[in-house]
Amino acid sequence: MSVAIHCEQLTKRFGDRVAVNNLTLTVPKGSIYGFLGPNGSGKSTTIRMLCGLLTPTTGKGTVLGFDVMTQSEEIKQRIGYMSQKFSLYEDLTVEENLDFYAGVYQLNVAERKQRKKELIEMASLMGREKQLAGSLSGGWKQRLALSCALLHKPELLILDEPTAGVDPVSRRIFWEVIHQLADEGITVLVTTHYMDEAQTCDWIGFIFFGDLLAEGTPQELIDQRGGGNLEDVFIDLVKREEARQRGEGA
Amino acid sequence: MQRFVWGRYWSVVKKEIIQIKRDRPSLGIALVMPLMLLFLFGYAVNTDVNDIKMVVWNQSPSAVSRELVDQFVNTHVFQVTTVVNGYQAIEAMLDEGSADVALVIGPDYTRLRDRSEPVHVQMLIDGSDPNIARTATSHAQLIVQNQAITLQEEKRQKQGMGELKPPLGLEARVLFNPNMESIVFNIPGLIGLIMQNVTMILTAFSLVREKERGTMEQLIVTPIRPLELMLGKITPYVGVGLFSFCLVLLVGTYWFGVPVKGSISLLVTLSILFLVTTLLLGIFISTIARTQLQAMQMAFALILPSVLLSGFMFPRDSMPVVIQWFGGLVPLTYFLEILRGIFLKGAGFEALWRDVVGMGVFCLFILTVAILRFRKKIE
Repeated sequence: MSVAIHCEQLTKRFGDRVAVNNLTLTVPKGSIYGFLGPNGSGKSTTIRMLCGLLTPTTGKGTVLGFDVMTQSEEIKQRIGYMSQKFSLYEDLTVEENLDFYAGVYQLNVAERKQRKKELIEMASLMGREKQLAGSLSGGWKQRLALSCALLHKPELLILDEPTAGVDPVSRRIFWEVIHQLADEGITVLVTTHYMDEAQTCDWIGFIFFGDLLAEGTPQELIDQRGGGNLEDVFIDLVKREEARQRGEGA
Repeated sequence: MQRFVWGRYWSVVKKEIIQIKRDRPSLGIALVMPLMLLFLFGYAVNTDVNDIKMVVWNQSPSAVSRELVDQFVNTHVFQVTTVVNGYQAIEAMLDEGSADVALVIGPDYTRLRDRSEPVHVQMLIDGSDPNIARTATSHAQLIVQNQAITLQEEKRQKQGMGELKPPLGLEARVLFNPNMESIVFNIPGLIGLIMQNVTMILTAFSLVREKERGTMEQLIVTPIRPLELMLGKITPYVGVGLFSFCLVLLVGTYWFGVPVKGSISLLVTLSILFLVTTLLLGIFISTIARTQLQAMQMAFALILPSVLLSGFMFPRDSMPVVIQWFGGLVPLTYFLEILRGIFLKGAGFEALWRDVVGMGVFCLFILTVAILRFRKKIE
């Protein structure tokens, strides 16, 4: 099994607060890895360390074979990233946003034209090329952000709560795209709060208070922990961990 | 990985141009503000002293004493506002500021003049504004001296001794600004100051705005290099700044009548260097500030010292050496020398190269610091 992301004992502290604690994690190539956990559990911090946006305090990590400490620029050329918050230019049109990122990723004229056409179709943004990104609704914005993240054909796609606040139909379309990408061999690391989305991932990692509490395929987790579905597993894990922490504190 | 990629730089330039075009109010401010400021300050910053308010207490009214008062008025430096009787009235007027100087002619003035005996007149001067006081003193001295020489000549002629020939004379010729009008000196400086303030604020916001809107996060997960991003961001503003500079230059030349004596192409070339420097200074602010408000405050924190230390207001030569060094840290200092040199003296590169080097060094320094400050991280 070849590996897209591997990290060992990755730790991030902000002053006294430990955001991510000794996280060891492996994401196989070509899979969809669902990263679950309550708000503030350290998901975004982990993702930002993997993208090179944050420097880990201690630990080791490789993304597509490159070291997160020293080779973040090599990593950046090969990954696509989409953050929770819409982070494209609202005062540029759909097409201008795509053009800008195509230039930043150094696509040549032919590639640019072809990729733009493909991605606008993929995201069903046809006819909206001249619309300002700021005037798109939530679901469209997310698909535009995804398109921009995919322009340079990244080997790894990292999505931080891509479907938060998006209507069910757009959510469905979005996940169809993600599965399609995985079929094409792209590795996807995605965080989500929707258990129906998590259910369709190949692997699940569960993080809470900066610790990785459980890892496995969705079915494995359900079988191990009992309960009928992932949501039960999720709630059970959170309750146990909270009880354990209270026990420690007392 | 360290190389500069023109394609990425160019993408940033294109993106910035589109954003500037869509942000009409900001573009309007960038273009119109320098003009407005030049009109405003062009009239406000005037150190020429005219119409000094003078109160007269003439205790010896006669043709000869009135003649002396007329001599004062004829220079247009003094303006007689009131005629009073007594020191009390004079003091009151000086206190409340309705008069700047008082001319006191003693009761025996006419008598002594008629007898051709030495006589003194008194002038009281409000010294709280040294500039006015100095002008008043020197002019009054000159007027009285001239009058004295005239009297002496009359006396000699009466005695049949012929013309008075002064043994020593000074023939002063003022170069570059023969009428010593302060506006000629101030307009070039104002142009520099205004361009600095407007352009620095333009870029001070640029990176911070991306941080605030969250677009920076997406940008720093791309392989873009800090140098490409920064140069890409300032390039369109060099164009905006240059256009604005030309407008201001035209107004300075044609409206305020301060022509450029030197080479226009040299002036424009060095102005581009200055614009790049101040735009980079703005970018540098942008790398430190977390919000647009902070960026604004930092920009203003830099503007005030640059006004005082650059030699815009006060001549640098009269500052203590240490303060002069601080002035050397302000790019406006060099640009003022360049502007005044080209505007007033028609100086060429050979006279200005030190200032050009100073500004160039500052420009590279601030670029380096900005790049080192700018991390592709979000901490």
